Amino acid sequence: MKPKPDKYSALSEVGAVHERRSFWERMVIDLRKAPYTALFGMVIIFLYALVAVFAPLFAPYGEAQIFPEPYAPWSSTYIFGTDQIGRDIFSRMIFGARNTVGIAVATTFLAFLIGGVLGLAAAINRSWLDQFLSRSVDVLMAIPSLIFALVLLSIFGSTITNLILIIAVLDSTRVFRLTRAVALNVVVMDYVEAARLRGEGLGWIMRREILPNILPPLIAEFGLRFCFVFLTIAALSFLGVGIQPPTADWGSMVRDNASLIMFAQYDLKAGLTPLLPAAAIALLTVAINFVVDWFLHKTSGLHDE
Amino acid sequence: MGIATLFVVSIIIFSSIELLPGDFGQAVLGQAATEETVAAFRRELGLDQPAIIRYGQWAGAVIQGDLGTSFSGRNASGVDRSRDVVDLVIPRLRNTLFLASMAALVAVPLSLVLGISTALYRNSFYDRSVNMATLTTISFPEFFVAYILILFLSSLYSVFPSLANVDVDTSFGERIYRAALPALTLTLVIVAHMMRMTRAAIINLLASPYIQMARLSGASPMEVILKHALPNAWAPIATVIAFNLAYLVVGVVVVEVVFVYPGIGQLMVDAVASRDIPVVQGCALIFAMTYILLNLLADIIGIVTNPRLLHPK
Repeated sequence: MKPKPDKYSALSEVGAVHERRSFWERMVIDLRKAPYTALFGMVIIFLYALVAVFAPLFAPYGEAQIFPEPYAPWSSTYIFGTDQIGRDIFSRMIFGARNTVGIAVATTFLAFLIGGVLGLAAAINRSWLDQFLSRSVDVLMAIPSLIFALVLLSIFGSTITNLILIIAVLDSTRVFRLTRAVALNVVVMDYVEAARLRGEGLGWIMRREILPNILPPLIAEFGLRFCFVFLTIAALSFLGVGIQPPTADWGSMVRDNASLIMFAQYDLKAGLTPLLPAAAIALLTVAINFVVDWFLHKTSGLHDE
Repeated sequence: MGIATLFVVSIIIFSSIELLPGDFGQAVLGQAATEETVAAFRRELGLDQPAIIRYGQWAGAVIQGDLGTSFSGRNASGVDRSRDVVDLVIPRLRNTLFLASMAALVAVPLSLVLGISTALYRNSFYDRSVNMATLTTISFPEFFVAYILILFLSSLYSVFPSLANVDVDTSFGERIYRAALPALTLTLVIVAHMMRMTRAAIINLLASPYIQMARLSGASPMEVILKHALPNAWAPIATVIAFNLAYLVVGVVVVEVVFVYPGIGQLMVDAVASRDIPVVQGCALIFAMTYILLNLLADIIGIVTNPRLLHPK
């Protein structure tokens, strides 16, 4: 920004060179304008990522290290006590961040890879491929995804690879629908036609012509989809068919310690223990929702109401 | 369309039994089973016939209300103590429907009122706080909501029982009392979503020119929303309600497990854990059917409330 001249002159204002702000400058300006909820969300997400990446540094004990005292109360040795077979709950929560969040991120990426590529292909191609994919997605979406996941897990068994694959495929249906819907608006644009006449291949049109123009809704969808995947995986683990012990996971931790809740009358801290992993899940999803809300509002260009 | 989808869904659910790795009979009956028992079991399941014929028999039986026999209760000795899936499913289905309808009866009117009133006083403090609260509830996993409710309403202050174990003899009032916490959990979870969508549907319409016209002609905000916006918003709202009722059917699974409520969701989870495929199939089929029917209902409501779609050109 140039210092303002003392006297106003229309000529100097018009004549001033429009300075391009760098990426970082724009980002800082955007962040300043962001509401507190969004900033709060970003800080939380950052913290989770930090804990997940450096889990072994933060955790006082190992992931499956067993101590002689099961259901120990909160103390300075075991910050949140120990679980039913004497594992430190605080350490498991930290490792849980890595496992639960990591698996959810991997699943969401896979879902976007499948759904996004197929959706774009269907939008550009518009032939039997589009028909075939859309109808198959209709059928897949006709079954509630948690139920479908339960059926598939009962057949293939609950391993982490199966879990990721099954949830990714089930969730890619929604990504497919969204990608196809927004891409259809872009495909009819003249510049796409020009690229096609220029002789560009399917891959180029997908990547260079359409993808940049449909990115904002897709990014917002990524956040929301991640929440759904995260909650689905947590629910499955809670039901005992998701991530299997001894891998630390927030969903199964709630289930394992659930009985403690009835002792809240005598020791409030014990009653709170099963809520901690659940609260960790809830906090992350709230944070993501806040950020996505702000992002959608910013990119929609809608400022009234 | 709905029937076609149901048909394909039934094929998917049926083929799940095909995909099981290894010898099916051996897996169910255990290592100690003799050759003859396994062979007899396979014959009983019809595993010695091609898949298409078996699908035909299975689908035919399902239409007549026969979902097959549960695997549990069979063992190597060949004594058959297993029960029909239908006998297992029906009483539990009744419980689940009771719970779901209890939640729906509270949730649907509540979310409509909240949605319309927040659209009316949009951007006010009321609107913002309701929005914030609902956004938070949406993000909570169901079991978190459930355990918070248990902590406050059952463990710290024993208002309601935390275990919702009802059986056939439980009286109606007692049933409502026992199922109060699970129903409350479900209500909280779906009200948030329904209310937000109702609000979004109405606010979306407020941007259209005819609303501007109504406003310019001097209609009050209340009138604009109730008389002008709402009739056009019924279709999306109906879709959302149906979608959420369908979601209710799914959310019921987790909530039933938390509260040990003897419903169909818990039956299914138990069956998945013990790989009791006929029970899983039966439950999945019922869930899928409810889901499809509700979505179909939403489409029909959407068409009925929109005169333009009722009279095709």
